[in-house]
Amino acid sequence: MVDMVGGEMKMDTKATGIAAISRHKGSDLTARGEPMVWAMGGSLAFGLLMITGFMGLIFWNGLTAFWPKPIEVVTTVDGRVIAGEPVRTESYKPSAADLSSLPAEAREKVEAAGGMSERTLYRIGNFDFYSNDFEWLPVFSVKTVAEPKDLMLVERSEWGVFIGKILSITVDGKTTVNPARAELDAADEQARDLRTRRQAIERDKVGAINHAINAERLKARKAVLAHGEGSPEAKAAEDAAAAETTRLTKDFDRLSAEALAMRGKEEAVRVKVAEIGGQEKDFPLANFVRYYAANDVSFFQKVGIYLSRWWEFLTDEPREANTEGGVWPAIFGTLVMTIVMSVLVAPFGVISALYLREYAKQGTLVSLVRICVNNLAGVPSIVYGVFGLGFFAYVLGGSIDRAFFPEYLPNPTFGTGGLLWASLTLALLTVPVVIVSTEEALAAVPRSMREGSLACGASKWQTIKWIVLPRAMPGIMTGLILAMARGAGEVAPLMIVGVVKLAPELPLDGVFPFIHLERSFMHLGFHIYDVGFQSRNSEAGRSMVFVTALVLMVLVLALNTFSINVRNRLKRKFAGDKF
Amino acid sequence: MATATALKDSSAASADGYDPTVYHPVESPGGVEISIRNFNLWYGQSQALHNISMEIQKGMVTALIGPSGCGKSTLLRSLNRMNDLIDHLRVQGDVRLTDEPLFGPQVDVIALRKRMGMVFQKPNPFPMSIAENVTYPLKVDGVTNKKLLAEACESALKGAALWDEVKNRLNDSALGLSGGQQQRLCIARAIAGNPDVLLMDEPCSALDPIATMRIEQLIEELKSTYTIVIVTHNMQQAARVSDNTAFMYLGRLIEYGATKEVFTNPRSKRTEEYVTGRFG
Repeated sequence: MVDMVGGEMKMDTKATGIAAISRHKGSDLTARGEPMVWAMGGSLAFGLLMITGFMGLIFWNGLTAFWPKPIEVVTTVDGRVIAGEPVRTESYKPSAADLSSLPAEAREKVEAAGGMSERTLYRIGNFDFYSNDFEWLPVFSVKTVAEPKDLMLVERSEWGVFIGKILSITVDGKTTVNPARAELDAADEQARDLRTRRQAIERDKVGAINHAINAERLKARKAVLAHGEGSPEAKAAEDAAAAETTRLTKDFDRLSAEALAMRGKEEAVRVKVAEIGGQEKDFPLANFVRYYAANDVSFFQKVGIYLSRWWEFLTDEPREANTEGGVWPAIFGTLVMTIVMSVLVAPFGVISALYLREYAKQGTLVSLVRICVNNLAGVPSIVYGVFGLGFFAYVLGGSIDRAFFPEYLPNPTFGTGGLLWASLTLALLTVPVVIVSTEEALAAVPRSMREGSLACGASKWQTIKWIVLPRAMPGIMTGLILAMARGAGEVAPLMIVGVVKLAPELPLDGVFPFIHLERSFMHLGFHIYDVGFQSRNSEAGRSMVFVTALVLMVLVLALNTFSINVRNRLKRKFAGDKF
Repeated sequence: MATATALKDSSAASADGYDPTVYHPVESPGGVEISIRNFNLWYGQSQALHNISMEIQKGMVTALIGPSGCGKSTLLRSLNRMNDLIDHLRVQGDVRLTDEPLFGPQVDVIALRKRMGMVFQKPNPFPMSIAENVTYPLKVDGVTNKKLLAEACESALKGAALWDEVKNRLNDSALGLSGGQQQRLCIARAIAGNPDVLLMDEPCSALDPIATMRIEQLIEELKSTYTIVIVTHNMQQAARVSDNTAFMYLGRLIEYGATKEVFTNPRSKRTEEYVTGRFG
């Protein structure tokens, strides 16, 4: 092809005598008339570079966050001893005061480097001893660095990480000094078992009784509302509730006593630890979540610790103000909210688009509606959040509460932010995407298909149902995928309409009616914001931010992969000769 | 006799400076299937059909010929009211299928279309299986009885001379068939609903000569059962398959007569020029 064009040009030149055709040796884009290729390819490469850089950052930081690091024991020039995990090193400019305290030799070194020096951030843990989790150590203040094998890193359910030595354990009143690993493991097992049993009582049994007592109170309140204060029915109901409550309270007291006894046993298993500077502390062994001798673990043990941390992260609830523990409630909340949103937005958007494209008379009004729909996509999402709270939660939810849950008032049931309202708000936010893509998909259905169906005597609705919609389905799915991705990543409106820092109960559980759409929930996007910017120690939340972002991205990726698979199957159905 | 009335009705054509339509069609023993009187059609402001009057004979093949843009497809698509899909369309005149009017507020367009099967220029099988395609008109009517559907499918495919080729893959997608097979499938679909009339809008223009020949044979076989109206660009095809031919030019019906006569001995000068290839 190119040759042919070249040949023609050659003839042309001969006839008219213009300049030579081949300007350079080899391939020349200008000669091919495609100099813009560089601009286009370049901008694509630039975009890809930014995206891969960003993804790489999140993946690298997210995937390495849980890998066990060694503990370094640093002795400083002024004689302090610090033990901690080195987190990162950066160059900085030491202050004049710091410099003046240095010996002349070190000062000259720093001055030679243009006043710059390096410092390392250590995660020293032991918040209960130091009131600080992290410490910067300038390079010039380090005298020696060692990695002793007997230092333990302990993740605790209170006070965060402990780094130091385990002095003794006390089990059944018997104290073992310098316990061997096996002894420590056995004691830990025992403490953990006691803790699990106590939590089972506190959380499940006591929770069920609380629930039942509340239900009795509501029953009585309902009777009062239905029959009036002081009426015989209300009185009977109140008496019944009181009797039942007394019985339940007895159960409650018994269980509480049981739990208290368990707690006593649990706290009798104790451990005595000492941090690197020699300060000692004694606390229940049940506080231990995970522990290992950081400088004395093999590669396979490290893999085990890494996986166990991931497992905890994916399946457990958060602790320590969300900076430790897992994000399971947030994963679950995000997933359920995205699915509920898709279920709501799909019929709503598709039906609107169908009317706009198929039934409405195309004219000024429809164009106006279309412009408005497109512009809706540009409204700041926080505005949707405010609308969702004001309209869905307060107006709609308030009415639902007054009509169906009057006995709960003044406590709101649906009259406050919750999963349903958050999903509805996001559905509203993403409906323009679905409408626009559905309209495009409908417009792309060949006219011959519709005519063929109509000529067979099909009504308009039959044609839409059997011919147009199936044909447009892949395009509609594309719109849904976009809407889902947008909805799953949205945070701002959710902060107003139902997402909370810590939700005590999942929106799906074993209590009737099993799906609790009125409950507030946790969300990965909000979790990132909360851990990164609202926690006591942003440095501690840093790795959690990356890991949570990674999980959110993988979740969106999984949802999209699923929808894209469905779409491709539909596409094949209309393109290939086999179903 | 019917032609004589039509002739008189169309006398208005001479008033606007055009020659009146020349009529000499073969008349069917079965009578008239569709009668068109003084039919006018506008797309917005521009008039596409001018005062057309003709009577389509029952059980015969009527070909509509003429240069591009002469309105032959528009006329055909008016018969089953496919033109309703177009905005700003306006019609005037009287069109009747047997004795029932086609235009008017009381007309049930869906019932009307069920009496007229239509085959389009390009094969347009639905993205479904072959069997589902053929039985689509029955599905539209709400037929769910599997036995009935299978019988209708078989008889329609046999009617469209496609049965032997597809009987072993009725559940395969119709999109896997060749172009000619697809068009015959569309014919099967058109006749599956048992219509009275078959409308064909250049059914062979997208097909190769062999597939075209098969469709022409099929038209020959079908004309005993159905009244067929076929729009074609191909004059040889019109000459081969039709009993009557209508020549249209610039939205006017110039001549409507027995095919043999139209091609060998046209009575209008314009028709003569067109069929002898002097223009068009």
